[in-house]
Amino acid sequence: MKRAALLLLLTVPGAALADSAMPAAALADTQLPDPAQERQAKALMETLRCLVCQGQSIADSDAELAGDMRALVRRRIAAGEKPEAIREWLVARYGAWVSYQPPLDAVTWPLWALPLLLLVGGAWLARGRFRRRRA
Amino acid sequence: MTAELGLAALWLAAALALLQLALAAMALAGREELLNGVRPVAVVQAVLALLAFAVLIRLFVVVDLSVELVALNDASTKPLLYRFAGAWGNHEGSMLMWVAILGLSGACVALLERRLPERTLVATLGTQAAIGLGFYAFLLFASNPFQRLVPAPAEGQGLNPLLQDPGLAFHPPTLYLGYVGLSIAFSFACGALLTRQVDAALARAMRPWVLGAWVFLTLGITAGSYWAYYELGWGGWWFWDPVENASLMPWLAATALLHSVAVLATRDSLRAWTVMLAVVAFSMSMIGTFLVRSGILTSVHAFAVDPRRGAFILVLLALYIGGALALFAARAGTVQEGRTFEPVSREGSLVANNLLLSAILGIVLVGTLYPLLAEAVTGEKLSVGPPYFNAAAGPLALLLVTIMVAGPLLRWRRDRLAALGRRVALPAGLALAALIALLVAAPGVRLLPLLGLVLAAGVALGSLAPLWGRNLRRTPMFTWGMVIGHLGVAVALAGMASESAFTRETLVALAPGQTAQVGPWRIRFDAVEPIAGPNWTALEATLQADRGGAPLLLKPQARFFPSPPTETSEAAIATRWDGQLYTVIGKGDEAGRWQLRLWWKPFVTLIWLGGALIAVGGVLSLLGRVRRERRAAERLAWL
Repeated sequence: MKRAALLLLLTVPGAALADSAMPAAALADTQLPDPAQERQAKALMETLRCLVCQGQSIADSDAELAGDMRALVRRRIAAGEKPEAIREWLVARYGAWVSYQPPLDAVTWPLWALPLLLLVGGAWLARGRFRRRRA
Repeated sequence: MTAELGLAALWLAAALALLQLALAAMALAGREELLNGVRPVAVVQAVLALLAFAVLIRLFVVVDLSVELVALNDASTKPLLYRFAGAWGNHEGSMLMWVAILGLSGACVALLERRLPERTLVATLGTQAAIGLGFYAFLLFASNPFQRLVPAPAEGQGLNPLLQDPGLAFHPPTLYLGYVGLSIAFSFACGALLTRQVDAALARAMRPWVLGAWVFLTLGITAGSYWAYYELGWGGWWFWDPVENASLMPWLAATALLHSVAVLATRDSLRAWTVMLAVVAFSMSMIGTFLVRSGILTSVHAFAVDPRRGAFILVLLALYIGGALALFAARAGTVQEGRTFEPVSREGSLVANNLLLSAILGIVLVGTLYPLLAEAVTGEKLSVGPPYFNAAAGPLALLLVTIMVAGPLLRWRRDRLAALGRRVALPAGLALAALIALLVAAPGVRLLPLLGLVLAAGVALGSLAPLWGRNLRRTPMFTWGMVIGHLGVAVALAGMASESAFTRETLVALAPGQTAQVGPWRIRFDAVEPIAGPNWTALEATLQADRGGAPLLLKPQARFFPSPPTETSEAAIATRWDGQLYTVIGKGDEAGRWQLRLWWKPFVTLIWLGGALIAVGGVLSLLGRVRRERRAAERLAWL
């Protein structure tokens, strides 16, 4: 079902193809000609979950759906879209599950505050261990 | 008959665990004459558990299809190695290996440990038996590996082809020896709390066992990372997958424990904290087992998704971790924290080490469980993956590595910052030089990899600093162990940063005869041919890689396994002194072109070389400590 839905999305008109001679599916495994754009696309792909795989990003999966999603990311990057806009677009359709980068919102702020909380809490616990330097 | 023999051995082992627990409890309650009975029972229990495990291996090797587990996971067409190792490539078999190693750990303590007071040792073996009982029950009532299947099928269903790799023979046993070996530290801690004997002697007794488990854990994680790297075919070596995290968490806790044990053994300080860490380390092993075995987290490692089993392990977890924490809470008040020290001191740096490792552990634990929590609260699924872990734990890890240089150069109890500054001037200078060189020669490297490379240079030199000005032949072996272990961290860090900063990727569709460029390499695609292996068929590409000098021949394969029907890609990897060339063949198209994935990964091998060095450092420390204590004991005997 999901794959069918995604294929439908892929054929939505509007986003221009990077290279009109290049079929959409080929972009699954073909780098964009502009290295800067390819870097952006790759970085984004590494943070998107392959929805049918077991804990793999779309950048490291052989699944067809992952290939379709890679093609989608490359096509939209080539059309000049910002990576974060593409992420939002995908999250809007598939939920936060699709993005390995948790957003910063009411549900996830404790997660992002965690490193600081742990360090401060740990330092507070450890402070009793130290002896003051005698003057 | 064989399967029933295994089942009988398992029941007997469980009964002996019960006996071991009862004897230990009665001995501690005042029946002193029972103290001597506990050690032999622990040994026999281990022999029986190992016998059950050996029986299962035999059933897999001879492919006894009348046993359900064998029929589901084995096949007579599999090569011998995978029939053998396939015994633990499934839920029941891996849990049986778990309890066999648990029994083995207890037996090793019973046979070898002579430094602990006898009552503490008996309390330790009692704790070990209590853990064993729960997991025997789990096997016997919820995961019986010896269940018969009537009628027996003509052929088994085979093993997941991703697991059909020599890595399966090495990675799980090593990892489990580490995971379950940590139970010894846990039992020591509980035993010492029960008999109120938390002191430097406990730490000295505990240290070799912690080191041993930690070495296996290090090797297991390193091997697992390399296995994933070459087997999955996309060139990644760490994915922050929940199961990887499950193995990383005990390692982080054990690493912290290793260092706090050193403080307790040498300075008789951090008593309660060390005991707490010993409890936490094995608790992380059990939590990891729960996460993997219950299948509540999606992962390539989750063999069986069975909520009943998950609930069973969850109850065991609550019992053991809760029990240990309750014991800790009840006794913590009676444990003196020991001597104090100044912030700028060896102890101070080790406290910072423990603080940072614990914070990273907290990040990994919460990050792994957060999707479950969030889903339970809001009903919406979310993912926590590499972007979070790298951003949250990465900077802390780099800070930790920096402190790692300073720690060994500080004196115990008190030291001066100015003196430390002089000692680290040279490594700091090298790091600065590396920074300038990188900014000039390779602009555009991202911040985290850049910091990683710079730190790796400084840390590599700084980790050797404890040897400066010493007579190297008279330097104790455990000091060598520390130096080599710390050097290994720098080496691994250099590999990770280099891989992240300098990897070159080329994805192309080529027809035979065409060429492509990846990094410095020119790759010519010669041909694709079908070939057949013992239980698979494959399309094998022939590639020639050339960067001046003799060309390399690479033969990546796309394999097809008929049972169970699966396609895998076997990457062809060429290792050079300065990195690895990683090639994969994908699908073909109508025009006769084949999809190729090519990577040049400079110095990526340092990641695993570093891991191996860390383990070597652990082994040297272990041997050095044991040797020194033996000498001390001999000297005592002379007097």
